[in-house]
Amino acid sequence: MDVVMLSRLQFAVAVFFHFIFVPLTLGLSVLIAVMQTIYYRTGNETYKRMAKFWGKLFLINFTLGVVTGITLEFQFGTNWSRYSEYVGDIFGSLLAIEATLAFFLESTFLAVWVFGWERVSKKMHLFAIWAVAFASNMSGLWIILANGWMQNPVGYVIRNNRAELDNFFTVLSNPYAWGQFFHNMFASWMLAGFFVLGISAWHLLRRNEEDFFNRSFKLAAGFTLALALLVALQGHNHGNTVARLQPAKLAAMESHWETQKSAPMYLLAVPNESAEGNAIQAFGIPGVLSLLAFNDPSAEVKGLKDFPKEDRPPVLLTFLNFRVMVGLGTLFPLLAGAAFLFRNRLQDKPWLLKALPWAIPLPYLAIMAGWAVAEIGRQPWIVYGMMRTTDAVSPVPASSVAVSLLAFGAVYTLLGVLDIYLLRKYARKGPAA
Amino acid sequence: MLETIWFVLWGLLWAVYFVLDGFDFGLGTLLPFAARNEAERRTIYNAAGPFWDGNEVWLITAGGVTFAAFPKAYAVMFSALYAPLLILLFALIFRAVSFEFRNKIDSPGWRKVWDVFQFLGNFVPALLFGVAFANLFMGIPVDGNGVYHGNLLKLLNLYGLLGGVFFVLMFALHGALWMAIKSTGDLHDRAVALARGIWPLLLCAALAFLTATAVYTSLYVNYMKFPPLLVFPILAVASLLTTRFFIASNSVGMAWVCNAVFIVCVTFFGVFGMYPALLPSSMDPAFSVTIANGASSPLTLKIMLTVVAIFVPIVLAYQAWVYSVFTHKITDEDLEDEHAY
Repeated sequence: MDVVMLSRLQFAVAVFFHFIFVPLTLGLSVLIAVMQTIYYRTGNETYKRMAKFWGKLFLINFTLGVVTGITLEFQFGTNWSRYSEYVGDIFGSLLAIEATLAFFLESTFLAVWVFGWERVSKKMHLFAIWAVAFASNMSGLWIILANGWMQNPVGYVIRNNRAELDNFFTVLSNPYAWGQFFHNMFASWMLAGFFVLGISAWHLLRRNEEDFFNRSFKLAAGFTLALALLVALQGHNHGNTVARLQPAKLAAMESHWETQKSAPMYLLAVPNESAEGNAIQAFGIPGVLSLLAFNDPSAEVKGLKDFPKEDRPPVLLTFLNFRVMVGLGTLFPLLAGAAFLFRNRLQDKPWLLKALPWAIPLPYLAIMAGWAVAEIGRQPWIVYGMMRTTDAVSPVPASSVAVSLLAFGAVYTLLGVLDIYLLRKYARKGPAA
Repeated sequence: MLETIWFVLWGLLWAVYFVLDGFDFGLGTLLPFAARNEAERRTIYNAAGPFWDGNEVWLITAGGVTFAAFPKAYAVMFSALYAPLLILLFALIFRAVSFEFRNKIDSPGWRKVWDVFQFLGNFVPALLFGVAFANLFMGIPVDGNGVYHGNLLKLLNLYGLLGGVFFVLMFALHGALWMAIKSTGDLHDRAVALARGIWPLLLCAALAFLTATAVYTSLYVNYMKFPPLLVFPILAVASLLTTRFFIASNSVGMAWVCNAVFIVCVTFFGVFGMYPALLPSSMDPAFSVTIANGASSPLTLKIMLTVVAIFVPIVLAYQAWVYSVFTHKITDEDLEDEHAY
């Protein structure tokens, strides 16, 4: 494999591993903050225990999120130095702002929350967890503003052989980035909701600490349902933005080859990239693709054949990941709906309590697939329409990248297994441990 | 002018990072030598407990600011130092995880494994930062296209290793003093004794490094051109001497502060010696990445300056507050807390 492919793989490993931990952080911090607010207001000790129990799981998860984030930041320098040099003026500043504004706040106040139960006032302690929740989500915003700029570069001029900042406000108000941010943030919060629902259900089925887990369940049920709906809605919204700004990605998501008006959506399609078409396509519903992409059943949707071959993303991977995301995204409101509907008579619905723990991995899968669509669908560009991934890589020997990729693979696998083992262990122990 | 301000800020971020994470490095490095039992080991972990994560963010910010203000330096530096940087990152990963995982399974063997990683996760970065900065001071073999013509072994030259040893000792003293601040009884006395033992070694290393710098690098050229800058190496030596004075009078807090001043002066000694180069090339000075050819556009520099001018003081303020909340001595009660490491 060449250095480009190895670097892409390494980045994929680093980013996907990082993103196993981050979404739970974004959502669970908010839920813990809500629990602690209820404790602060009512003085009900159960909510204090809730904040502590879910907080413990949060912390096990958080550490790996942090350390894998650091490696990501430095990978731009180690593996993508041509990219860093070319766009650092804009991209680098967004990362630096993230560290300065959000990351300090998050890690400093997390320490206050963890070690401050007895050392700072109740009010300050409550403030600490809200600061963590706010900062982790703001951190996500800056990262996605950076990623959104790679998807839809705005506010720059090409000068001195690089992209230089021209209008900072345009970079900050990038519609692509905001669409992506809300879709991602809602999904992450929903993921945390399913996490709480699943673990609570596991304990409720065994009748452990029923009051504790009933309250946790109820708190999460409405939250999860609302977010499952918001994710879908915002997903559609963001799809419109993709159709407008990244037509090649949209075509790959649907394996749509011929430019046409009233483009149909096929319920069954099997892409065949080398033949520039679909090996199988059946059950087409006329106009639905046009409708989904442009909110207009007769709109024209550009097909992949109208893009030069070297400008097309890998179709099969984009297509499949998109289907995984959307398929699961349809399931989530139903599951969350059931949880919400039966929240007051859970013991009559053992099937639901049995199903929900198994649902915990699903939002993770959907989020991974979503990022795969966003990143693979952007290829062959590292910055859409501006810089190719092949031009972005560092002048380092392929052997160095191969060795580090193996090291990343080994270390991350080991830590990932340990982390999931510990999460599972402490989740099962319950709040009494 | 804007570039020079950013150059100084860049140095400042590294200096703050070394002062703060430096004592974490020292604590971890001394862990196998200072602690005699489980309670003492846990005291050392918890001495870094509320701080190490926030301290590490200064590294992320130093990295991020290099990326934002000097993208070319960021690109060339980190791709050239590919191997050491990745080793450093892996070390930091294991350090963080050792904090979080160590107490999660109740088994002496499990804890022992993470103690090894805690040691390596602090000792290795301390050493590598020293090696890396010493090599930067000397200049590294990059060509005009930013391609590196060296390897990991070439970085481990005499001057680089001297830099590594110097950094390890500097942080070890910093950690020993922090340990003394946060502990009582035997551990406190042992920490003070360690500080006394490390100090003369550090003094020798510092003097050797200052001398070797004259031989291996051209850092002193700037100092000859502009002698007032000599205040940094002079103040460095002076603060190191004062550190010894405060150790002798058992004021470990003051000794820690003096050692912090020492670390800042050492960092600036190097940084100002390099000016205006961020990444001197040992192949040809024309290939060096400097603040002139490596900086971002004036607009980015201005925006970033505004952000940093507003938020870095805020960060410093709340981090100082956190330090004031958590500088108490660690007691048995602290160790019993369910959230303690």
